[in-house]
Formats: sequence, C-alpha cells, structure tokens
Amino acid sequence: MNSGEFASAGADLELVGIQKRFPGFTAIEHLDLKIPAGSFFALLGPSGCGKTTTLRLVAGLEEPTNGRILIGGTDVTNQKSFQRPVNTVFQSYALFPHMTVLENVAFGLRRRRIDDPVAKAHEALRLVELDHLAARRPQQLSGGQQQRVALARAIVNRPALLLLDEPLGALDLKLRRQMQLELKTIQEEVGLTFLHVTHDQEEAMTMADTVAVMNKGRIEQMGAPEELYELPRTAFVANFLGQSNLFTGPVVGSTSEAISVDVAGQKVVVPAARAHRHIGEVTIGVRPEKLTLHVTEPVGDVARNLMGPGRVIDVSFSGVSTQYLVEIAGIGTLIVFAQNMAFGPVAHEGSEVWLSWNIEHGFGLEDDASAEPRFEADDTTRSIATQKRSSLLTELEGA
Amino acid sequence: MKFSLGKLLLPLYTVLALIFLMVPIVYTFVFSFNDSLKSNITWRGFTFDKWLNVCQVQNGAVCEAFGNSVLIGVVATVAATTLGTMIAIALVRYRFRFRSQTSLLLFLPMATPEVVLGAGLAAQFLSLGVPKDMVTIILAHTMFCISFVVVTVKARVASLDPALEEAGRDLYGSATQVFARITFPLLLPGILAAALLSFALSFDDFIITNFNSGAVTTFPKYIYVSAARGIPAEANVIASAVFILALVLVVTAQVSRAAKEKRLAKQG
Repeated sequence: MNSGEFASAGADLELVGIQKRFPGFTAIEHLDLKIPAGSFFALLGPSGCGKTTTLRLVAGLEEPTNGRILIGGTDVTNQKSFQRPVNTVFQSYALFPHMTVLENVAFGLRRRRIDDPVAKAHEALRLVELDHLAARRPQQLSGGQQQRVALARAIVNRPALLLLDEPLGALDLKLRRQMQLELKTIQEEVGLTFLHVTHDQEEAMTMADTVAVMNKGRIEQMGAPEELYELPRTAFVANFLGQSNLFTGPVVGSTSEAISVDVAGQKVVVPAARAHRHIGEVTIGVRPEKLTLHVTEPVGDVARNLMGPGRVIDVSFSGVSTQYLVEIAGIGTLIVFAQNMAFGPVAHEGSEVWLSWNIEHGFGLEDDASAEPRFEADDTTRSIATQKRSSLLTELEGA
Repeated sequence: MKFSLGKLLLPLYTVLALIFLMVPIVYTFVFSFNDSLKSNITWRGFTFDKWLNVCQVQNGAVCEAFGNSVLIGVVATVAATTLGTMIAIALVRYRFRFRSQTSLLLFLPMATPEVVLGAGLAAQFLSLGVPKDMVTIILAHTMFCISFVVVTVKARVASLDPALEEAGRDLYGSATQVFARITFPLLLPGILAAALLSFALSFDDFIITNFNSGAVTTFPKYIYVSAARGIPAEANVIASAVFILALVLVVTAQVSRAAKEKRLAKQG
C-alpha cells in the first residue's frame, strides 16, 4: 500500500498452498483458504495446531516455506511486514512501554506519514472509550484497557485486514464478554476483514461468521458456527467444538433415507444425508443436549433412537442444566445435558435410565473416533512467538 | 525490657563497617585541603590553594594525567559500548555457528588476571612493532571493556519481548525505524549502565595501562609513580572532585526518578 493512504475497505485474504516448516517440525502441512472482504473469520484450534503460525505468515512475521499469500488480489508473499496493509493485535498486546498511550496509537500513522496523526489517534481512542487516558503509560492501565489500546493502535491505521491473536485470552470472563461485543461493533462500524485466531471455541462461535477448525497444521472443517456444531465432519471437530457422544459400529442396513448402525447390539439410525460414510465400520454421534433421559423404559418410537438400560454414574448440577454421566454396558460412558425443567436433577447416582434422541439429530463422521483423544488439553496454549522466547531464555540460562 | 545482644551489635557493626568504608575517602578529601609541601602525609594547616591551583604543580602533570585518563576513558567507552551492544544483540537474537563458544570466550577477559592480560598485550604490540602510546592504551581498554558491556547489555536484550519489535514492524516501521524508535530506547538503560561501567573500569585501570602506555601517563599511573616520593595534594583534589561528581550524578538520578514516580502515581 502507498504510504499516506488508508485502505478504502476490507480486502479478501487468500492463502494458496501454504506450507510452513520450522527446523524439526512442520507447523502447517498444506493450507488453502479464502476469506472474503468484510467478514469475521475465526481460526480455531488447540495449541500447536498452526493457527498462530498462519496469522504470523499473513502479518509477514514469518515466511512461508511454500505457497502464496494474496491480500485484495495482490501477491504480498515477498513483501516485508511493514509493507503489508495488515495490522495485528498481539496476544501479549505488545504495547511500547516507553511511549504514552497516545504515542502508541499514533505510531503506525507517523511511520506512514499520515496527516494529523495526533487527532486521528485521539479519534481511535475515543472509539475504544479510552481518550481520557491518552497521556498515560501502558503499564498504568488495566489488562482490559491495554487490550483496547492495542486494538485502537491497530484499527487507527484502517488496515485492509485486521489480525487478532487470542487478544482476549488474558481477560476475565466479564471483560471478555464486553470486549467481544466491542470487537463485533467495531467490525460492523469500520467494515474491516477480521482474522481471529483463538483456542476458545465459545469465542469463535459467538463472534465469527465463519469458523475454520484447525488441527495438526490442516483445516479439519470450515463453515458457519451452527453448521460446524450440528454437523461435525470429523471426530476432532465433534469433540473440540463442544462435546459429543460418539459410537462406532458396522452399518447393518441402508436405505436412500437413512443408515442403521449396530452399536454393541443396539440399533442406531442416522439420516443418510447427515452421514459421510454409508458402508462398513462407521463412527456416528449425537450432542449431549439432544439426548433425553428416561427413568422408565419408554415405548418404542420409530422417529427416535433408544439406548439402555444404563446406570447414572455422576450427576453435576449447574443451575440452568444438569450434566449426567451414564454408563451403558458394551458402549461406554455417555454425557447428557438436561435443562432443569423441574427442581433439581431427575435421576440420581446409581439410577437405572434409558436414553433417546430424535433420529434427525444424529450425525455420521468421516473418520474414526479412536484417531483422536477425546479431550485436547489446551491449558498450555502459547503462541509460537512465546515458545520461541522461552526456548531462547532456557538457552541463555544453559549457556 | 529484655536485653538483646542483636539490638546492640547490629547498629555497632553497621557503624564500624561504614567507618571502615569511608575512612580512605574522608582522608583523601580532607587532605586535599592540606597546606602540604612535597609529601602530603602530615597535616600542616587548612588551605584552598590546592583546589584553586590544581594544574600548577609540576608543570600541570596532575591535570595532564587526568586529561589523558578522561580522553582514554571516553574513547574506549564509546568504542566498547558500540561494539559490545552489537555483539550482545547478535548473541541473543541470532543463531549462528560457534554462538555459545563466542559467549564463553567473551567471559575470558573478565576471568583472566589483569597482569597476564596486560603483559600478553604488551608482548603482542612489541612483536607487531606497534609503538606504545595513547592508541595502544585505548585498544587495550576497549578490549577488556567489551566483555563487561556484552554481559550487561545481553541481560537487557534477553528481557526485551520480541513481540514489541514485531509490533513495530507490523505498524509500518522499517528495520531502521524499529531499531531507532523501539529497540534502542528500550535497551538504553542497559547501554548506559554498560557505558558507565566501562568508563569507571577504564578510568581507574592501572595494571593493563602500565604495560601498554609507554611514555603516556594516566591518572592512576601518575599516582602510582608519585607515591614513591610523596603524592601531591593536587592528586587528592582531583580524586575528591571525581568522587563528588559521581555522588552528584547518582543523587540527581535518584531524585529525578523519585519525582517521576511521584508524578506517575499522582496521575494513576
């Protein structure tokens, strides 16, 4: 972009055949991605899945091993970071500690010799409601305020593309909600293209128009949040985005409408349109809130799948809902979320129960459940940058 | 009240320790006002003459030595700080062959006895046929100051979050701009500390200087040489002046920092 000019609107981002190898490991296998102008796109995945590397490649902080990056149709693969019409809100905020809040925000404007940087910086600070703190140093602000300064410092440049690297990770729940709302509002107001990298599935689902779930350097599935949640394509997506009950068994019957799967002797029906594989061993699933808990054996219903009897092994009450863990012989443990329509839980530990769900709510996966651990621990999530830093520090200590 | 040995001993010990530390400084200061003749050992009465006519004794030999020391100190400090800062950034930020070995080698001048270092350098200059003068002293001082600069600045570079520089690049700063506006200002406290340390080390170095100075006289060398026949009170004057200057600098820095903190606290 020429200096002295703002981008007129958000721009498309296109990644073509991106691969990124670091010495010793491959961060991104092969990535093709197109983000339309003006959208709010979330890249969701556990630590080490390559999402932060993707963001750093777009920002120009890393160079791809292979592939091309296009912003608004222009190939920027060989452009330096400071030449790209892209700004980043860093995970650590990375505010310059030796400058005032105002100078932080004006930094990008001054580098590009934009007219009247101070007035524009004040304007951006007003947008995040922090203009009254313009003369302070970043260290004197709270975490939420620092985050807003980082946001103002990025959007004041009117980039074609705004990159957000887990910017809400360090905030407490209430501030997070506030910031999520604020980000959404700002995006609607200024009409930028947002690329948001996060490991928080709730954040991705509430904020983004499109979510791409990334795992081990590849995109597993991409689509609108409801689509990803209601019809996950792989076991990884089914478990990373919310929780799922997954069963594996051979297909024993198949019509154009539905397939039926034998799960440890119990017949489970899934609509053919919602199943990726129709023959052989398949993995099927259902979300915990779609299950209904019965304390007496229900009468058969062709529109519902039935499982049981099983035994309740754990009940945890959380106000609006209750989570039950139900052990069914030969199948395993199932999770059930039940809304508390009555006072308190309807079943207790040790009770004999049956589970049923509407056939329409089941889904069939493309891969097998056993390929992935049921829950990914992401408490160690850190960006590549901080990993680099800590490895440098340990090296220093060792030297 | 219960008698406590600790309550009595601790202040006593503190006072004794402070006296022990302060006696040479106070002595030097007091005897800079001594109306001495040739040697400055016995008290002969109070005078301001030595302070007022500091450059007149022995045709200004004290002042010349002092001037030499300042010049050497400044040049060696600038050279060592510049080179040392670049080395420190390279060692922390870049991966290259023999990086850790380089790091280790840089410690050697600090660990080697100065006599060995000085004699070794003198031998090198001799075999290369370099005449010993101001230049050889500056080279020698730069050499041993670099190690101290690298160690001091390296700690600062390591604590600098690389994300700050990345943010600078992301915000349209070219490599030069990012260095000038972000990296350098953030490293400055470390660089200044390293420069002060270098100057102090260079200014009072005697051993290495003595081996490599030829006919040039520095302040420490002057005092050492004149100690044999009595140090003139003018040397005390210069020593006291340097001490007072250092004291004023430290106090000013402390006061201005306290004032700044108070101002920031008021804002917050």
